Amino acid sequence: MPVITYRDALNQALREEMQRDDRVFLMGEEVGVYQGAYKVSRGLLQEFGEMRVVDTPITELGFAGVGVGAAMVGLRPVIEFMTWNFALLALDQVVNAAAKMLYMSGGQYPLPMVFRGPNGAALQLSAQHSQAWESWLSHIPGLKVVTPATPHDAKGLLKSAIRDDNPVCFLEGEMLYNTKGEVPEEEYVIPLGQAEVKREGRDATIVANGKMAIAALAAADQLAKEDIAVEVVDLRTVRPLDGETVTASVRKTNRAVVAEEGWGVSGIGATIVDLIQRDCFDDLDAPVLRVHQEDVPMPYAKGLERVAKPDAGKIIKAVKKVMYLE
Amino acid sequence: MATKVVMEALSPTMEEGRLVKWLKSEGDQVKNGETLAEVETDKAVMELVARGEGVLRKQLAAEGDTAPVGQLIAVIAAPDENIDELVAGAGGAAAAAPEAAPKKTEERAPEKTPAAEQPAPQARAAAPAEPREDVRAAAAAQRGDGERLRSSPLARRLASEQGLDLGQVQGSGPGGRIVKRDIEAAIETGGAQAAAAPSAVAAPAMRRVSRDGEAYHDEPLSQMRKTIAKRLVESIGPIPTFYLTAEFDLERATEMRAAMAALGDEYKVSFNDIIMKATATALAMHPEVNAHWLGDKIRFFNRVHLGMAVAIDEGLITPVIFDADVKRMSEMSAEAKALAKRARDRRLKPEEYMGATFSVSNLGMFGIDQFTAIINPPEAGILAIGGVEEKPVVQDGELVIRRRMRVTMSCDHRVIDGATGAKFLQTLRRMIENPLFLVY
Repeated sequence: MPVITYRDALNQALREEMQRDDRVFLMGEEVGVYQGAYKVSRGLLQEFGEMRVVDTPITELGFAGVGVGAAMVGLRPVIEFMTWNFALLALDQVVNAAAKMLYMSGGQYPLPMVFRGPNGAALQLSAQHSQAWESWLSHIPGLKVVTPATPHDAKGLLKSAIRDDNPVCFLEGEMLYNTKGEVPEEEYVIPLGQAEVKREGRDATIVANGKMAIAALAAADQLAKEDIAVEVVDLRTVRPLDGETVTASVRKTNRAVVAEEGWGVSGIGATIVDLIQRDCFDDLDAPVLRVHQEDVPMPYAKGLERVAKPDAGKIIKAVKKVMYLE
Repeated sequence: MATKVVMEALSPTMEEGRLVKWLKSEGDQVKNGETLAEVETDKAVMELVARGEGVLRKQLAAEGDTAPVGQLIAVIAAPDENIDELVAGAGGAAAAAPEAAPKKTEERAPEKTPAAEQPAPQARAAAPAEPREDVRAAAAAQRGDGERLRSSPLARRLASEQGLDLGQVQGSGPGGRIVKRDIEAAIETGGAQAAAAPSAVAAPAMRRVSRDGEAYHDEPLSQMRKTIAKRLVESIGPIPTFYLTAEFDLERATEMRAAMAALGDEYKVSFNDIIMKATATALAMHPEVNAHWLGDKIRFFNRVHLGMAVAIDEGLITPVIFDADVKRMSEMSAEAKALAKRARDRRLKPEEYMGATFSVSNLGMFGIDQFTAIINPPEAGILAIGGVEEKPVVQDGELVIRRRMRVTMSCDHRVIDGATGAKFLQTLRRMIENPLFLVY
């Protein structure tokens, strides 16, 4: 099986879906001539031309709104934000227009569109450019929220997102673009709303999504050296949430740690904990613990940034705590 | 401010307690945490401690009295404080712990507290809306020293499955929280204690009564014993049961066993395996007996989940072989062995002993010729298997010696009629007497 980057997996998904359906088009800042700020759209302008790979001015609210209008008249836009931090300016279109149009039009206007772009902290991009948005976006009924962790998932999930008739927020890990993984040559899609047990274990369950799923796997490797076998559940899609995979795992291990990239207060992890305490109460041997970013704007200083971020080390600590080892 | 002394839940399953002895008298000064009385719970005699300071002004229960959990049994207050209202409201134990013990209190209290017969509005008014602490005391299990017992939900579930008293388990988690590993350790130590008597190890089958020491010894009912009692009384009482007995010829089954054993060790099967497989196959052919009585309806199952009664030290349990009719005999045999072992080790998970559609109980290995088994509701029937023994039998006018086995089926007549059960046994006979059917 070919080993390719997360970036190229996304590129393949876009290319294949644009070949498959000529209603699909890509629009955003620098997606065309510059080939994408993160080179996800490399070669697409050359293959599909200016009508389907559209460079926009620096107007997030404007081109998100154009996307909503295009979807209303039957196209299937993919709107790229250079980062989700910039999408804040476009949230009125995402939240008030895209998420609610089907509902408010009495079912007349489905919005088959994807908002996509890098999400979460990279390195020393400071407070305004280091944010993870899945908790914000998954709060909104009407939106689907996808956070792939691996090249394989990135491709299969983006293809599903483009084919979905609902607005999908597709959050790509900014630090994951260069990571590599096996991606099949033959076509495949991964349905939205299905978590995956990325590693089986007996002692505790780590529930994570996106970049934190990778951190969870690293934590699991470390813990295995101490003969602690953790199970890693990668949510893949944050909304709709695959509760069954989570609860089945917790019923097996009796202990859970929930890791997310954003802040803890009102975070997606709180929703997972709610699910676990409700559906697995009698299976729990310890309170469920959460790992998340510290409750501060992301510091610029390298050392401070490191301690503010959630990482494998913090996950390991939490796992030991739910196992009563620390 | 006055402190109410209520009957506390001193064991996780306690619903009422008998006041064995007051250790403080009316008028005595008491300190917070000091022992007030000895209370017999459903498990042991425990200490009831004061949760406030002052003078024990009034005892509302006499030695020997039984009071439901939550009922007011004494009042601690300052020497000159007016406690009339509190005492007057005592009959309203219902008011003291309205949520903790809702109905039971009203049902049981009247025996000795007539005021409970009109508890509602007045009593509630008398004992103002601050019963929270009492409620919590009644709801949370406590240690003998009155400290709240901390345990994980999983630990509580495991303890109740194993019939363990959490009060006897030492917690190793934060704040003394009892967690899964503590329960596992407690089970192991329990096993170690049982194994400590060397004669028991040497001759496990011959457990002898000790002739010295006490004339008898009492053991509190385990959760399992309680469940057996409750369920079997439920069964033999309201279930109109009848019994069908048949004697089967086991010659061919014996030949088959021998033939299979000759193929090699891994092909060996027991009579029980053959019987289980035949029963499962016959059930699949007779869904009318593979059914549950559900009060307002009968549920006939399309799948065969066969319960198999396993005797264990403390009683019995019925692990389930799911989809037994479609499993090969070798699979069933292996699964039955594994389940029986886990049952004896007390390691069965609830999903492994729940969900049987029909059950089999075999006492053949104990030399029992024939017996009747009690239906495990809501199942509609159970088979009781006797031992295989050689008998003189008349066959084609000749006296011959054959291996025979008696099978008795208990039937819930609300589901199974005589002829229905008989037809099932006919099929079962065909299977067992010609076990080649089982490979068809």
